[in-house]
Amino acid sequence: MINASLKEMAAALSAKKISSVELTQLFLARIKSLNPDLNAYITLDEARTLAQAKLADVRIAKGDVAPVTGIPFAQKDIFCAKDWRTTCGSRMLENFIAPYDAHVINQFDHAGAVNLGKTNMDEFAMGSSNETSYFGKVKNPWDTTRVPGGSSGGSAAAIAARLCAAATGTDTGGSIRQPASLCGFTGLKPTYGVVSRYGMIAFASSLDQAGPMAKSAEDCAVMLNVMAGFDERDSTSLQRDKEDYTRDLNKPLAGLKIGLPKEYFAEGLSAEVATVVQEAIAHYRKLGAETVDISLPNTQLSIPVYYVIAPAEASSNLSRYDGVRYGHRAAEYTDLLDMYCKSRAEGFGAEVKRRILIGTYVLSAGYYDAYYLKAQQIRRLIAQDFEEAFKHCDIIMGPSAPGTAFKIGEKADDPVSMYLQDIYTIAVNLAGLPGMSIPAGFANKLPVGLQIIGNYFDEARMLNVAHAYQQQTDWHKQMPEGME
Amino acid sequence: MSLTINDVKRIAHLARIEVSETEAQATLVKLTGILGLIEEMQAIDTKGIVPMSHSQDVVQRLRADVVTAVNQREAFQKIAPAVEDGLYLVPKVIE
Repeated sequence: MINASLKEMAAALSAKKISSVELTQLFLARIKSLNPDLNAYITLDEARTLAQAKLADVRIAKGDVAPVTGIPFAQKDIFCAKDWRTTCGSRMLENFIAPYDAHVINQFDHAGAVNLGKTNMDEFAMGSSNETSYFGKVKNPWDTTRVPGGSSGGSAAAIAARLCAAATGTDTGGSIRQPASLCGFTGLKPTYGVVSRYGMIAFASSLDQAGPMAKSAEDCAVMLNVMAGFDERDSTSLQRDKEDYTRDLNKPLAGLKIGLPKEYFAEGLSAEVATVVQEAIAHYRKLGAETVDISLPNTQLSIPVYYVIAPAEASSNLSRYDGVRYGHRAAEYTDLLDMYCKSRAEGFGAEVKRRILIGTYVLSAGYYDAYYLKAQQIRRLIAQDFEEAFKHCDIIMGPSAPGTAFKIGEKADDPVSMYLQDIYTIAVNLAGLPGMSIPAGFANKLPVGLQIIGNYFDEARMLNVAHAYQQQTDWHKQMPEGME
Repeated sequence: MSLTINDVKRIAHLARIEVSETEAQATLVKLTGILGLIEEMQAIDTKGIVPMSHSQDVVQRLRADVVTAVNQREAFQKIAPAVEDGLYLVPKVIE
């Protein structure tokens, strides 16, 4: 059952082959045995989780079921969940009990899903290795000396080790797709504005987007049906008709035009990863797709642009943590200013402080035009690259990350080399496009992800493209040794 | 352009984050590296390009001018570091 699809779990629950309580206990038992080593979860609350499972069983008995009713999901600890400790991976929120639910949590609750617990993450989602979490590093289940990727590293490890049916994540610069690549599963970042950011702790508001992280594209489609939709409480939530993201899963791919950006296969990409990605693309040709060479000339600039825009927005968003209304307050201080400065110095970790400082600097008097405005202008050039590319293809493919999972500690002291992890994912956030990563094979026994980038609101097609591949391959079904 | 240790202290003050002398030195090295990365932008001519803040052509929605939030003072103050009589406590700012 741990390797079953969401549809199979739902069918087993409906047929009363297993109850939601039993299914939940199965995952809780796995968490008990494997989580102490992996550290995928920050907060567990067995009583609350099982109470939800019992309610789901009542719903199922009445025949009042949605596609995820009774299925246990892990929630990234960036989503506020009422009465759950919600830390965002930070000491600042170590004792923060959320007084309300995020929209995403609301949606899962209404659908009768079970919340298994809150997963570990880089502090305030700032990182690509889950090493910046105040609650400790997360290990990659495929090789526990390596990182799971980040920032959604806890959700990633939980899926790879089958410590949940599926999980949620958020992606500001690659935080769903890069861990999906490094831990060998399927993750989707939707078009900006498709999933409400209400109650999702803010990092960089013009880039943050929540999405599903699961074993397969089919599972992601089922989850996106739960997560997506207009929410008036998020001012950037898009007012669109409700979509069924599973509708096109089984469409044939014949005639599909796949664009291959030359910049995504250039210097910086590991040769082993390139080989795996090229094999996956060859498989698509066999499925009837044709490939065209395209160019995204401003790819290289996406990193500098991102490291202006994201820290600028973060410095503003994180100014709310002042030690007055909630969050960490220093024990000793001389006056109000000193209380702010000490509370923030103690509450934030090194990487978060660095980003706040960079953001404060680029927004400070005299520098706004040279940095933030300039970055927003180049951001348009990056979006135009994609607009031009989509005139020649339906979908874009390439690697999700430049390499496989790296060793814990390998890049922890070198922010710039860590930032380069996101070279293939960041431009998608800047343009506001949907992107996903699917397992495409292994290099040196470590998972490799294939990135699929779609045009705006083309999630259903991307899921179709991913599903067709997953019908013929079993990379997405493989589990790390010793975790079966 | 290069950052100095005084710049780091000034930015940290603006950001309301206390930094010790040793921290400031280490931060200077890291920030200089990151700013070096950001400098790559300056090679691009962006004259006349409209800055982009959102990918979609959207406008801010308006809503009816009615009260929607309910009073949850107790729930919100339960998680505050220090409260008294329904007020948040901070160090004295006016003598």
